[in-house]
Amino acid sequence: MQRIIKNGQVIDETWHLLDKDATLDGLSNSDDLIVPLALWREHAHALKVRDGGLGVWLDSHEEVEEIAEDLGNFRVIALNFPSFTDGRHYSSARLLRERYGYQGEIRAIGDVLRDQLFFMQRCGFDAFAIRADRDPHDALQGLQDFSVCYQAAADQAPLFRRRQA
Amino acid sequence: MYVYDQYDQHIIEDRVRQFRDQTRRYLAGELSEEEFRPLRLQNGLYVQRYAPMLRVAVPYGLLSSRQLRKLAQIARDYDKGYAHISTRQNVQFNWPELEDVPEILAELATVQMHAIQTSGNCIRNTTTDQFAGVAHDELVDPRPWCEIIRQWSTFHPEFAFLPRKFKIAVNGAVSDRAATEVHDIGLEAVRNGTGELGFRVSVGGGLGRTPIVGSFINEFLPWQHLLTYLDAVLRVYNRYGRRDNKFKARIKILVKALTPEVFAERVNAEWAHLKDGPSTLTGAEVERISRCFVDPSYQALEDQDATLARLDAEHPGFARWRARNVVAHKKPGYAAVTLSLKPTGTAPGDITDKQLDALAELADRYSFGEVRNSHEQNIILADVEQARLFELWGELRELGFATPNVGLLTDIICCPGGDYCSLANAKSIPIAEAIQRRFDDLDYLFDIGELDLNISGCMNACGHHHVGHIGILGVDKKGAEFYQVSLGGSASRDASLGQILGPSFAQEEMAEVIEKIVTVYVEKRIEDERFIDTFRRIGIEPFKERVYAANH
Repeated sequence: MQRIIKNGQVIDETWHLLDKDATLDGLSNSDDLIVPLALWREHAHALKVRDGGLGVWLDSHEEVEEIAEDLGNFRVIALNFPSFTDGRHYSSARLLRERYGYQGEIRAIGDVLRDQLFFMQRCGFDAFAIRADRDPHDALQGLQDFSVCYQAAADQAPLFRRRQA
Repeated sequence: MYVYDQYDQHIIEDRVRQFRDQTRRYLAGELSEEEFRPLRLQNGLYVQRYAPMLRVAVPYGLLSSRQLRKLAQIARDYDKGYAHISTRQNVQFNWPELEDVPEILAELATVQMHAIQTSGNCIRNTTTDQFAGVAHDELVDPRPWCEIIRQWSTFHPEFAFLPRKFKIAVNGAVSDRAATEVHDIGLEAVRNGTGELGFRVSVGGGLGRTPIVGSFINEFLPWQHLLTYLDAVLRVYNRYGRRDNKFKARIKILVKALTPEVFAERVNAEWAHLKDGPSTLTGAEVERISRCFVDPSYQALEDQDATLARLDAEHPGFARWRARNVVAHKKPGYAAVTLSLKPTGTAPGDITDKQLDALAELADRYSFGEVRNSHEQNIILADVEQARLFELWGELRELGFATPNVGLLTDIICCPGGDYCSLANAKSIPIAEAIQRRFDDLDYLFDIGELDLNISGCMNACGHHHVGHIGILGVDKKGAEFYQVSLGGSASRDASLGQILGPSFAQEEMAEVIEKIVTVYVEKRIEDERFIDTFRRIGIEPFKERVYAANH
């Protein structure tokens, strides 16, 4: 079973991430599923009436604006990093938290490594599916890389509003 | 200059710890080459032809004497006794061992220095006018704004993995000595009709493979909104800039594809959400930072015109040096002095550990303990008493800093080129040297007057060849090194990009080619016309005809 980082701890994964080309055929009614955007677009109604938990995942070129009206339906929004150098979803996460007020889980999936975690956390990610060949316990340390930050992000106001002489 | 408090110091010490661990994991095989690459680049560490190159950040070019001494020590202990001033006002070491880099960063942190974001696809060192704060034509001191941008951009969590590198320059004077219009974002500090401070914003300028002058997308951005507006520009770029082709990934390509008008609309739509948010600057913060840039304790002095004129008459060498390397200062009785790092036979921008130590000494004795690096790869003592210029000149001559060629043809901007850089197509330093040797007659050099000659060893354009009045670009032709010449570039307020003269030349032809070009200028110029003005008047044809005329 895969283990993920959630709220600063390594926990067992309970959600199933469906492939990009997944269809409704044979979907379990009770499992917690993270579905690709295309499936949500096609079958929103069918997905909503299932008993299991629902999440959606966006690939790096897919925009949060596409689900902005639907956020109440998702307990998890997973944002995919096909390569860790593709930084588009840092903006996506901030938009979800700061503009659209999304309170559920924002999970980083794909090429997710220890040295990206600190920045991801600041942008609003609270869950990290570390790449399968890496140890999530080791990656946890990445969340502690810095003790002070200058600029505003999803987590806090800029230092100049907090700085004390 | 800006002085760190405990917050700033924490951040760079955390960075040292982080990079020490990243390096350890890389050396232990826990991080692959590919995974380590962006991490080391964001710390200015390149793997070069012979050894790694470490680029140390010098925010907007300002250095204290204490920092200079530390750089001297690093050059001695970890390099072969050299440092190199880059065209982004930074300092580079060409020979450190990868294993030593964490220790070098720890040393730098003791003097409030670092190598954060000096490379990689992130926001790079913000640059400005080397005469900021002392220029006689300054309207707004750009340094506090550079520092505000430095803090905002340092470890900005959203913009650490942009499509490509991102460079910001700020100018606050009548002349644009910061080349703002060839930056990803150029900010010109201005005051509006009611005296309020704001910024005129250009985007999408840049050199490299697709050189282009930026487009103005905001004529007056009130200062309070600087950071939210920058966030908006960067967010649009981060989301929509191309990532499929690294040669089309700079913001200039996005601005061009959308058109500047549409790009501006996108930015405004994003900004509408961010404006007046928590990143809106406060008067208190601007004041806190500005306090670090108040005038040093200048004395009430008078200009020394008569004395200096007398010295000029007695010492032609002094007169020459003063004409080229000394500029007016906003305070009577003071002057700003440029130390030329372009003597013939030295790689442009190179400085030895001994020179760095001596420079620190000079800074303490002559200029309130500070110096500035310029993007032309020289160093400035910004606050020298005019009454001490003659004495200083004597010391500078001893140290090899007094070559009177600032702004002249031999004050060549030059990248490290094929001698050091693994990206280069061709060598650049030997070309610079050949040209310097050809123009070693000072009278002739002075007669030619202001002429920017810039050399890049490849199309990445670190030597800014597109904006040289004469630009030279190293190209690879079937494995041999050739050089393409362009004319008419300018990085000043009237920025323009050079036009290619024609087919490229072999290394040994270059000095001759430049001589022919200069001869055409000298023949065609009217009175005191500068090279660039003559070129703009007569066009490229006369130069072409002369250079490519059959040899008789």
